[in-house]
Amino acid sequence: MLNERIKPIVMPKWGLSMSEGKVTGWLKRPGSTISIGDELLEVETDKITNVVEAGETGVLRRVLGEPGTVYPVKALIAVLADPDVPDDDIDAFISAYAVPASEDDGDAEAGPQYHTAETPAGTIRYAKRGETGPTVLLVHGFGGDLDNWLFTIDALAEKATVYALDLPGHGQSNKQIADPSLSGLSKAVLGFLDAVGVERAHFVGHSMGGAVSMRTALDAPGRVASLSLIASAGLGEQIDHGYIQGFVGATSRRDLKPVLETLFADRGLVSRQMVDDLLKYKRLDGVDEALRALSASLFAEGRQASVLASGIADARTPTLVVWGEEDRVIPADHAQALANTAQVAILPGAGHMVQMEAAGKVNALLKDHIAKAD
Amino acid sequence: MSRKISMKQAINEALDLEMRRDPTVIVMGEDIVGGTGAQGEDDAWGGVLGVTKGLYAKHGDRLMDTPLSESAYIGAAVGAAACGLRPVAELMFLDFMGVCFDQIFNQAAKFRYMFGGKAETPVVIRGMVGAGFRAAAQHSQMLTPLFTHIPGLKVVCPSNAYDAKGLLIQSIRDNDPVIFCEHKNLYGLECEVPAESYAIPFGEANVLRDGDDVTIVSYGLTVHRAMEAAATLVKDGTEAEVIDLRTLSPIDWDTIVESVERTGRLVVVDEAHPRCNLATDIAAFVGQNAFGALKAGIQMVTAPHTPVPFAPSLEDLYVPSADSIASAVKRTLSPKGASPRIAA
Repeated sequence: MLNERIKPIVMPKWGLSMSEGKVTGWLKRPGSTISIGDELLEVETDKITNVVEAGETGVLRRVLGEPGTVYPVKALIAVLADPDVPDDDIDAFISAYAVPASEDDGDAEAGPQYHTAETPAGTIRYAKRGETGPTVLLVHGFGGDLDNWLFTIDALAEKATVYALDLPGHGQSNKQIADPSLSGLSKAVLGFLDAVGVERAHFVGHSMGGAVSMRTALDAPGRVASLSLIASAGLGEQIDHGYIQGFVGATSRRDLKPVLETLFADRGLVSRQMVDDLLKYKRLDGVDEALRALSASLFAEGRQASVLASGIADARTPTLVVWGEEDRVIPADHAQALANTAQVAILPGAGHMVQMEAAGKVNALLKDHIAKAD
Repeated sequence: MSRKISMKQAINEALDLEMRRDPTVIVMGEDIVGGTGAQGEDDAWGGVLGVTKGLYAKHGDRLMDTPLSESAYIGAAVGAAACGLRPVAELMFLDFMGVCFDQIFNQAAKFRYMFGGKAETPVVIRGMVGAGFRAAAQHSQMLTPLFTHIPGLKVVCPSNAYDAKGLLIQSIRDNDPVIFCEHKNLYGLECEVPAESYAIPFGEANVLRDGDDVTIVSYGLTVHRAMEAAATLVKDGTEAEVIDLRTLSPIDWDTIVESVERTGRLVVVDEAHPRCNLATDIAAFVGQNAFGALKAGIQMVTAPHTPVPFAPSLEDLYVPSADSIASAVKRTLSPKGASPRIAA
């Protein structure tokens, strides 16, 4: 079958609510030889602009996605094939290509994409993707929500059953936080896993979510198969207190935008939609109190209250540490705290939201680490 | 959880949530329940267009049908507010404010000032504004400039369901009198609205669209006309920034001036009459404070200086259209800057 040598490149689906994306420009020309991980093109959604990386090798035989044009998710935007595949076969492939139906009917409504679980810590919103392989839990950071994993969740779900939750006080989960400490958040996470019937999972934590994951590994080691700590809190005292205070205090777009720009190496990634979505979250009753309680408990006086590195080093949980070299919120050299016991990767050109800014590389590291640890 | 609901439902939900949260919140007005105190079905109306429908079943006597006497019940609402309740009084059509204006601008708006800060008046007076509903000259006006003129009143005019809910919750929680202006032709418009309570702070304009070529400022229904105009202007390569004021008093001068400093061009759109309105107010402020940034004369797009016509064909011409806004933008882009305004 020649068709197996022809590899479609399609409009990716980033996050649970994306239904279409705009091709903003190609970074490779037709005829280029493509390796896995090569940056192919830029795509803009209403949430964010990002680079699409190649997942396969071949020659870029056709470029179909026109810059400035919006395509539905999974629409064919380019074709990769080896040089000896005849042009006629490629043309036949293109004309026969049909956009696969969306997995969930009417996904713009996002109904089936999100679920809620009733837990001792209140109602927790979560997403679940994938049905096979090891179970993975994604834990976002301070002020974040499960959509911080929009470039991560589907990539990991190819070979895993992936849960992503909104922590108490965050996203669309219950806004009351009974115990705003790492232990309290860790208990809330374990309560969530109980509610969805998961005994043991590979924990992937970003920023404060990394510290929550470490706390869980120390308190309930049987339930943490491995740790992936991304720009994690809990590995040193230093943190940009200006960011925390700015995020908590901002009530307008003008105040919040420069604060969010601290999160990225490329400040241009902060879209208006991202700012608006966060403002909508921050305006909900209870959120201000929740964020203030967490920041007072975890980051009082501009220092991280809990440093868990030595405990994790002793616990021998298989651990991956990933950082963006240009992280302005928590310095990348905190990764060295686990240099002797964990795999450490510092990625250039990325900031605190490294799982978004260098999604392809972070996803590859996560997949590899989880496969080895399982 | 967020779902799509109309602006009418969003207002109803804001009232319901605040009545649950705060036992001092009461709702009063003409036929806001319908049928109470008379033979017939309770909750038959829920307001003239059904905005308060269903609230009586949930909150009972905290909703009060009043006699057809605006001067009496608006006065009662103002007095109740000064004595510790948080009344939301529906004036049906805000055009009726004429008969109860003393209670609002001479009493409610002045209590905090005249009693040395010892009195607060947390009253919300909400009702319909705007043309296009075939409701004729006495039920169609955009009187927002009159309210904005009075110190001590806060004036809110949402353009969509999300803003309406968050701004009404903020209005009820605010300790000063708020005039909450609901454009009747936006009641059916739906958008994503969280089911939870949330408050949108006053004095924060919403930038609906980014652009570097011209700033369009508006509020209420004409925000949507401005967005239509911006969409057509893209075809000529013009990127308009569209600012929705959301609240007229207080007003977000910073967002307006920062935008004009970047674009150098300003078009202000107001459904009110052309004299002494939000458009003239904003044009004067920018002229005084950001003159150096302007590359062209400021353009104003308003309703004409006439009553709202009853003839549908004339009423359709009365409200600023997307075409008239796009034409105003083009005038700011013409080589001569700005030609004299030609009345629409």
